[in-house]
Amino acid sequence: MSRKWILVFALVLALTWTLAACGGQKAATEAPKAEEPAATEEAKEEAPAAKEKTVVVGFTASQTGKYNVPSTRQTTGLQMWMDEVNKAGGVKLSDGTVLKFKAVSYDDESNKDRVQELYTKLATDDKADFLISPYSSGLTAAAAVIAEQYGIPMITTGAASDATYKQGYTVVYQAYTPASRYLTGAIDLLMDLDPNAKKVAFVYENSKFATDVNEAAKAYAEKNGFDVVLFEGYDPDIKDFNAIINKIEAAAPDAILGGGHFQDGSTFARQLYEKGAKVKFISLLVAPPEPTFAELGDAAVGVIGPSQWEPAAKYTPESAKAAGIEWYGPTGEEFTKAYQAAHDGEEPSYHVAGGYAAGLILQKAIETADSVEKDAVLKAMDAIDMMTFFGHIKFDTSEEAHGLQIGHDMILIQWQKDGGKLVKQVVWPKAGATADPIYPIR
Amino acid sequence: MGDVLFTSAIDGLLIGVIYGLAAMGLTLIFGVMDVINLAHGPLIALGMFGVYLLFTLMGLNPFVAVIIVAAIGLLLGVLIYFIAVSRVIDAPPLSSLLSTFSVNMIIIGIGTAMLSTSSYNVDYSLGTLDLGFFRAPGSRIAASLVALLTTVLLYFFLYRTRPGKYIRAVANNRISAELMGIPSTRILALAFGIGVMLATVAGGLIATILPINILAGGSYELKSFVIVVLGGLGNPLGALLGGLILGLIEGLVPVFMKTTWVPVIEYVLFVLILLVRPQGILGAKE
Repeated sequence: MSRKWILVFALVLALTWTLAACGGQKAATEAPKAEEPAATEEAKEEAPAAKEKTVVVGFTASQTGKYNVPSTRQTTGLQMWMDEVNKAGGVKLSDGTVLKFKAVSYDDESNKDRVQELYTKLATDDKADFLISPYSSGLTAAAAVIAEQYGIPMITTGAASDATYKQGYTVVYQAYTPASRYLTGAIDLLMDLDPNAKKVAFVYENSKFATDVNEAAKAYAEKNGFDVVLFEGYDPDIKDFNAIINKIEAAAPDAILGGGHFQDGSTFARQLYEKGAKVKFISLLVAPPEPTFAELGDAAVGVIGPSQWEPAAKYTPESAKAAGIEWYGPTGEEFTKAYQAAHDGEEPSYHVAGGYAAGLILQKAIETADSVEKDAVLKAMDAIDMMTFFGHIKFDTSEEAHGLQIGHDMILIQWQKDGGKLVKQVVWPKAGATADPIYPIR
Repeated sequence: MGDVLFTSAIDGLLIGVIYGLAAMGLTLIFGVMDVINLAHGPLIALGMFGVYLLFTLMGLNPFVAVIIVAAIGLLLGVLIYFIAVSRVIDAPPLSSLLSTFSVNMIIIGIGTAMLSTSSYNVDYSLGTLDLGFFRAPGSRIAASLVALLTTVLLYFFLYRTRPGKYIRAVANNRISAELMGIPSTRILALAFGIGVMLATVAGGLIATILPINILAGGSYELKSFVIVVLGGLGNPLGALLGGLILGLIEGLVPVFMKTTWVPVIEYVLFVLILLVRPQGILGAKE
């Protein structure tokens, strides 16, 4: 009998260890606490000339903690916008006032509580005229509360969650495409490619983000007359998709949608290919836009993924004109060149573009309002309907979802073979496409 | 429906053989010396990385690499036996549990420091085998065949060779075996080495078909526990049978319900077997 108990004990021990290991794997890598945050001020404070006014733009960046990399990129983008505007002489108002921008930022340590303290400080001590969000939906939700409390207009970027804009806020505006529309573009593309496609399968990671995205996409698919033949979540630690692939094959869908993060998404694509599954159309979250996805080789061919922005996206003044939307700001080419010149030729990620776009939105609103007075700027924000290098920008002005981004579409990229080499092509929306989509894949 | 059942069953059996091989390593050690090797999972992971490194750094065919990994596994097992097991082998079971658990933590610690917990892939493909009614990646089939071959070799070794017979004799009754002139310490070390070798070979085979990371062995260790209980403690043939059953569960359950139910069913089965038939399907060694 005692042997049975030893075995149970051993199992519990092993299980505890496995769970602890899994937990540890996901925990944030805590960087040492930073020095007391210093405001990044413009290097040279010019003597205030007649009618020159400094506009304070406040935000926090995750200089430490788990969001360090994307947040730093986002800040780089925002700073790039600010430097360009100031260097070009600032924004000139009709009454002759010249506006120059000044960034005040702190390290939020990727921590929600710090975000609320620091945004309060930005609003009260630093008297920020405008706010930009931190990176990530979670931190942004925390910052939005403060922005609303002090009534300071805030542009959010690097934050896709829909929930923040459904709290009845009036001063918060989203630059990113919301999570609910991450996969709907793929359904639009499918309808465009094949009017006869009727069956879709959703296979997604059991995480909050992926579940939200997939549920929204499922509702959208059903609304458009699709038959959802499979809707199945998988464990975030999944290694073997074989059983799920068998289910997919039995359901014989026209399209496979879903995914979650990088590891599961790339494993899924690889195993579909190795199993020789007949896949006509596949769009996965997060993994495909990453450059390392190309390591899958032939298994990557045809895989589609949504991205907030890609350097290859061809949003141009011409495509804006064709769509009947006003063009604003630099072209994607100018933006990419300027970034590469400053960063040893490295391609800008969508985080950089998102940071820059946030500044651009603010600039446009101030120019339209012809003032930095809050109410006028908010009114101008509501009226924004423009095309930029980042894509179409337009906000929901209804009471239920004020500030939600409704203009910007996810760009869909597809891995295609070009002379034996894998390249990421933009295939949707059509206004920004660089190649025709491959359909069916195999 | 028939099609998907058939395909899922075959897929399940293919992976089940490999689960069975991993579990054999655990059950052999337990059967011979009553030690539950809690370093089983990390040793599986070491097998994975052995194949990964030999393939990536030296360009060796992963199935050739498995042979080298087996040899290293055997030596490593003997080493672990003398360092961590031999001194506590006659102590209460808790001592050997803790000592192998320490080995577990040491391997995980070093592995995490050197390889991080990121995932790696052995980028090797044998194409797809397509029989019309059944399709599977070639490497999956090859891995299963190698696992089956290893099982056969193990049986041949245990029943047809002198050291194998010694191992069975020591498992049966150590004192009697010693009285008959069998060098029990060396035989125990050999048995531990073979147990570890089986774990690393299973890990190496898994690496040819699935993504790996240094913590990935943990889930196979848990599966091994279920299999060992299912098949009967200390019974290698039972482990193979248990592995096949577990594979079938993993293949067939998702046909009828969400895949997330698979572990629930596996562990409910584990508890049920412990309650109803603690000696396992084929009976434990005693």
